[in-house]
Amino acid sequence: MRLKDYNEIVKKHMPTEHRIRNGIIAFVSGGLVGIIGQGLIDIYSYFLSIPAQDASIFATVTLVFVASLFTALGFFDKWVTICKCGLIIPITGFAHSMTSAGIEYKTEGPIFGLGSNIFKLAGSVILYGVVSAWIFGMIRFIIMGG
Amino acid sequence: MIYLYSFLFAGAVCLIGQIILDNTKLTAGHITSIFVCIGAFLDIFNIYDKIVTVVGGGAMVPITSFGHLLIHGALAQAERYGFIGLLTGMFNLTASGITAAIIFTFIFSLFFKPKD
Repeated sequence: MRLKDYNEIVKKHMPTEHRIRNGIIAFVSGGLVGIIGQGLIDIYSYFLSIPAQDASIFATVTLVFVASLFTALGFFDKWVTICKCGLIIPITGFAHSMTSAGIEYKTEGPIFGLGSNIFKLAGSVILYGVVSAWIFGMIRFIIMGG
Repeated sequence: MIYLYSFLFAGAVCLIGQIILDNTKLTAGHITSIFVCIGAFLDIFNIYDKIVTVVGGGAMVPITSFGHLLIHGALAQAERYGFIGLLTGMFNLTASGITAAIIFTFIFSLFFKPKD
């Protein structure tokens, strides 16, 4: 899915008079994803008897897996158009953008289709995350010594 | 109690994102990028660390934790190896999420066809 098309779809499903309803849906759905995340951390740290720090990695991977699978099966797109930021801001949005781009572009071939476009939407998150983390890390390392 | 905090924090982050999305011309891509930067910024003074200890999973789920984990991995390596650690450790903690997303995307895009 191209960024322009994606944005047009987001815009099309966003009538201005429903701002409050959108906000409530985003709050509730985002909060539910947060609860699921915490629940997964508790489940993994209890059953695998590992610290919460390690369990959060398992929880993240599980959420990424579920979001990718549901996107591939086709109904995660509908959820995203309903919940919007409630599913885009959590890590599920990252996986969703990658999987939808991958499936969309694989028809154009494995290299220039899938390979070139897999980070089409998620690339900005990685780029600005790395650049800002490097700058802020540098600042903190110089001022506070790590 | 941590579940209530998780709900409130993750919901609040998503609500802020939704308000920005509805009231400005910024797209979802802009908002996620901004939130990652905010997550990294909050870790200069260990603010996000404190949020994570209080909120738990609710703070690990939003994309802000991606920036938080990036800077954390970088600083952990920087303490050991100096400035080069900022480069070597950048993806230490986020590698699991990114690698999982890449692998699952590859597998699923092999087996599933696009649905209009």
